[in-house]
Amino acid sequence: MPALPVPGAGRLTHPFLALTDADREEMLATIGVASIEELFRDIPEPMRFRRELALEPALSEHELADHMAALAARNVDSTGELCFLGAGIYDHYVPAVVDAVLQRGELLTAYTPYQPEMSQGVLQAIFEYQTAICELTGMDVSNASGYDGTTVTADACYIAKHATGRTKIVVTEATNPQVRQVVKTYAPGFGLEIVEVPHRSGTTDPEELRAAAEDAAAVIFQHPNMFGCLEPAPELVAAANDAGALPVVHADPLSLGVLEAPGRYGAAIALGEGQGAGNFPSYGGPHYGFLAARQDFIRRMPGRIVGETVDAAGERGYVLTLQTREQHIRREKATSNITTNQTLLALGGLVYLTWLGPQGLRELGETCLSLGAYAKQQLAERAGLEPLFSEQTTFKEFAVRVGRNAREVVAAARERGVHPGYALGRDYEGMDDVLLVAVTERRTPAEIDRLVDVLAEVAR
Amino acid sequence: MKLIYERSQAGRRASALPRHEGLPAAPELPEALRRSTPPRLPEVAEFQLIRHFTELSTRNFGVDTGFYPLGSCTMKYNPRINERLVTLPGFANMHPLQEEDGAQGALELMWRLQEILAEVTGLHAVSLQPAAGSQGELTGLMLVRAYFADRGEAEQRRKVVIPDTAHGTNPASVTMAGFELTPVKTDSRGNIDIEDLRGKVDEHTAALMLTNPSTLGLFDENIEEIERIFHGAGALMYYDGANLNAVCGISRPGDMGFDIVHINLHKTFSQPHGGGGPGGGPIAVRDILEPFLPVPAVVRRDEQRFGLDYDRPKSIGKVRGFTGPFGVFVRSYAYIRMYGPRLREMSETAVLNANYVLARLKGAYELPFDRLCMHEFVLSARALKREHGVTALDVAKRLMDYGFHPPTVYFPLVVPEALMIEPTETEAKETLDAFCDAMLAIAREAAQSPELLHEAPHSRPVKRLDEVRAAKRPIVTYGFEAHPAAEADAQPVAVEAPKGV
Repeated sequence: MPALPVPGAGRLTHPFLALTDADREEMLATIGVASIEELFRDIPEPMRFRRELALEPALSEHELADHMAALAARNVDSTGELCFLGAGIYDHYVPAVVDAVLQRGELLTAYTPYQPEMSQGVLQAIFEYQTAICELTGMDVSNASGYDGTTVTADACYIAKHATGRTKIVVTEATNPQVRQVVKTYAPGFGLEIVEVPHRSGTTDPEELRAAAEDAAAVIFQHPNMFGCLEPAPELVAAANDAGALPVVHADPLSLGVLEAPGRYGAAIALGEGQGAGNFPSYGGPHYGFLAARQDFIRRMPGRIVGETVDAAGERGYVLTLQTREQHIRREKATSNITTNQTLLALGGLVYLTWLGPQGLRELGETCLSLGAYAKQQLAERAGLEPLFSEQTTFKEFAVRVGRNAREVVAAARERGVHPGYALGRDYEGMDDVLLVAVTERRTPAEIDRLVDVLAEVAR
Repeated sequence: MKLIYERSQAGRRASALPRHEGLPAAPELPEALRRSTPPRLPEVAEFQLIRHFTELSTRNFGVDTGFYPLGSCTMKYNPRINERLVTLPGFANMHPLQEEDGAQGALELMWRLQEILAEVTGLHAVSLQPAAGSQGELTGLMLVRAYFADRGEAEQRRKVVIPDTAHGTNPASVTMAGFELTPVKTDSRGNIDIEDLRGKVDEHTAALMLTNPSTLGLFDENIEEIERIFHGAGALMYYDGANLNAVCGISRPGDMGFDIVHINLHKTFSQPHGGGGPGGGPIAVRDILEPFLPVPAVVRRDEQRFGLDYDRPKSIGKVRGFTGPFGVFVRSYAYIRMYGPRLREMSETAVLNANYVLARLKGAYELPFDRLCMHEFVLSARALKREHGVTALDVAKRLMDYGFHPPTVYFPLVVPEALMIEPTETEAKETLDAFCDAMLAIAREAAQSPELLHEAPHSRPVKRLDEVRAAKRPIVTYGFEAHPAAEADAQPVAVEAPKGV
C-alpha cells in the first residue's frame, strides 16, 4: 500500500489554477522555450522585479472568511444601529429576488455583450431596464447605466455643451453636494464654467434661476432636493427652456411613483442615483447612475445602448446599438470614454422595479411620505424640534434644527444606538445646527418613536 | 422569448409592503408635482419574475459557463467566496456617511488594498475612487493637468501622446480632459516607433499614455528609451493597467518609469464583469503627484485607527460619490489575499497559457508580430478572407458552435481582421487544447465549406443578428403601443437548456 502523502509537503496547486507540472513541461516544449522565465525575455533586465512581492502569505478560503468577518465586525451597520442617514444613499429594502438573479453565473460572470448571439440574456435585460427607466422618467431613451448619480450628471454637462455650443452650467445649491463636487472636477476638462444658484428657504426661486440660465448650456436641479424639499420643478424647467438651456432633473427613482415624470413637464434629461432601487448601501458602491433623455439627444448619449433588431431567421433579438457614438469606434471624437459601466447593478434595479410594480412603487412613495410626516409631527410635539423649512413639502427626508452643533448631536445619539441623520453643516454654511433625517419605508413608527426619544434627550 | 412587459397582467404583483395603522395621512402633493400617469412597470408574481430572469440567464454565456478568451478583458474565474463576503451586514448594510469610528473595518480594508496596489505597481500613493478603468484614465489626466498647472505649465503642455494600438478609451479620455491627441505609430516589431516618437515629444507634451504590454500582447522592448524621451522633455508617463495581469510580481510600472497607473480591479483582481460592469479603476501615482489625488484620501491615523482626509488643498476634487465602489474593493482585496506573493504565479500562468495557444495556432492563422507574447496575442484572419472570403467575424461566430465565447475581433485597429485572444490563467490545459482544436477545425472549414462560417452561429438561441438594422432605425424601449394587450400565457413557459455549451 503506497504511503499517504504528508499534508503540507511540497507546493500546492493554487485553487484558482489548474496546470500540473506535466502540463507545464508539455506546454513549454510546444512553445519551444526551456522555462517560464524565458517567456519574459522581452522585458529589459532593469525592469524585471527580482524580489518577492511584499504581501502577506496566501490565505485559505476559511482563513480569509474569518479575516473578512473580523473587518466587517469593526463597521457599524444598519443592523447594529438604528440609522436615519440618507443624503443620496438610502436604506430601502432589497428583496431576495435581486440576489437570486444577480448571482446567476451566466449573468454575473459575463462581460459587455459585444457578441450578441452569446449575450441575449444581458441584452434583453438591458432593453427591459431602458424601458423601465424611460417609463419612470417619461423620457425616450436611456443608456445601460453610468457609474453613479454624480458621474451621470457630469455626463449630462458634456451632452449639453455639445448640443448647445454653450459653456456655462447652472446648478442649484440645493443639489446634492457630492454631485456638484464631481461636476466641478470634470468642468475644467470639458471647458465649462459652473454657476450655483442659492436656495431660498429650502427651494429654488424660478425667477432667480431664470436670470442665471441666460446663455447656459444646462440647468441642473435635484428634485426632491438635498433637503428633501419638492422644488417647483415645472417652473424651473420652464425657466431653463426659455433661456435655451437644457433642463436636467436629478431625480430619486423611488419618488417617481408619486411625483410627476420629468419628461411630462419638459425636462430634456432626467438622471439620478439608482442605489435606492435595488442596491445595498455598501459603503458607497458599486451602484448605478441612470441617464435618460429626449429623442433629440439619442446620438449624444454616453455609454452603451441596446436596440431591438432581428436575426437571420427574422426572429426578434437585441444588440448594442448606435456604437458609432462610442470610444471603441469614434476614439477622441466619442461622446464619452465610458466602457465598463454598472450593468449588474442596473439589472438589480430592473429586478427591483419588477418586484415593486407600479402599484408597489406608488405605495412605497406614499409610505415614505406618511412616515416622514409622522416623524416631523413627533419631533415637533415630543422633542420640540421644528423642521427647518416648515412650509415645504418633503419626500423621504427633511432638515431639522437641533439647537446645538449637529455633529455633537450625532455623536450623543449614537452612544444611545441611534444614528439620527446627516449633519448638514458639513456642506452648508449656517447649518451647523441642522440635521438631515431620512425616513424610508424600512423605518417603523416604533423606530421613529425611538429617534424622537433620543433626540429629545440629546438635542438642545 | 417574451419581454417581462409581455408577461405583465394588471393587478399582479411580486411585492407586499409593510402597512402601518394610525399614521397621519400622507401630505397632499401639489397638483403640478403629482404623478399623472403611472409608469408601465411589469406586473408579475414573484415566481414569474424568477422564471423570466432565469430564462434570460440561460441565453447568456459567462466565465462560469465556459472558456471566454475575450482579448483585453481578462475574463478569469471569479471566486464564489467573494460573493458571500460582500453580503456581510458590516459591508452591505453600511451607509457611506457613517462616522469614521463606525467604519474602521471598511477604512482598514481600503487602506490595506491601497498598500497592496502600491507594492504591485511600484508606486507611492493610491486613490481607490475611480469607478472603472476609463474613469481612472480621466482622473490620471486630471492629475497631469493639475500637476502642470501647479508648475505654471498648464497652457504650455497641451499634448498627450498615444500609440495607434491604444484602447479607444485613451483618446476619448484625452478629449474629455481637455488635452490634444498626438498619435504615434507602431514599428515592425509591435513596439512604439521610436523614430516617429522623437519628433513628437517636446516642451508642449504633457504625457504619454501607454498600455504595456500593449494591446498586441507585446512588452515594449524600447521602454527604457521611451522613458528617457518623456522624462527628458519634462513630461509625465501614464500606464494603462488594462494588461497588468501579465506582469504582477514580474515587472512593475513604477520601475518602468511610469508616474501614474490605473488598475482594472475587474480584470486583474477578479471583480466579476457583471455583463458590462461594475468595475474599479484605482490609480497609483509617484510621490510628486500625491497632493493632487481625489478627496477624501483613506489614511492611517495611527497603528489602530484609519480615517478619511479631506484636507488636500491641491486635490483635483471628487470624481465619483463617496470613496469608490466599496464592494469591488472587498472582492479584489479578498482575491489578492488568497494569492499573496503567489500573484506572480498567477501572471506566469496567464502568460504561459497565452503562449501555448499562440504556438498551437500560429501555423493556421497569420501572426503579424512573430514574437513571444505576454498574457494575450493578436492573430489575423486576413489570409482566410483573401483566400476563402471568410472574415474574423465569421470565425468568431463559428467558435460559438464549438461552445466557446469568441475572442475580441477587429481590435487593435493596426491589425486587419484581428482576433485578439486572452486565455487568462484560470483554464486547464484540456480546455486550451479543445479551443485550439476548434480554431484549427474552423480554419479547415473556411477552406472546405465557407458557408458554414458565413451562416454561423447555428447552435445559439438566436441566429446572426442584424446590427445595421438596429442602428438605422433605433428601437430602444419596448413598444407598448405596438403591442397593446399582452396576451395571457396559453402555454407553460419553457425554460430552454443552454445550447451549444
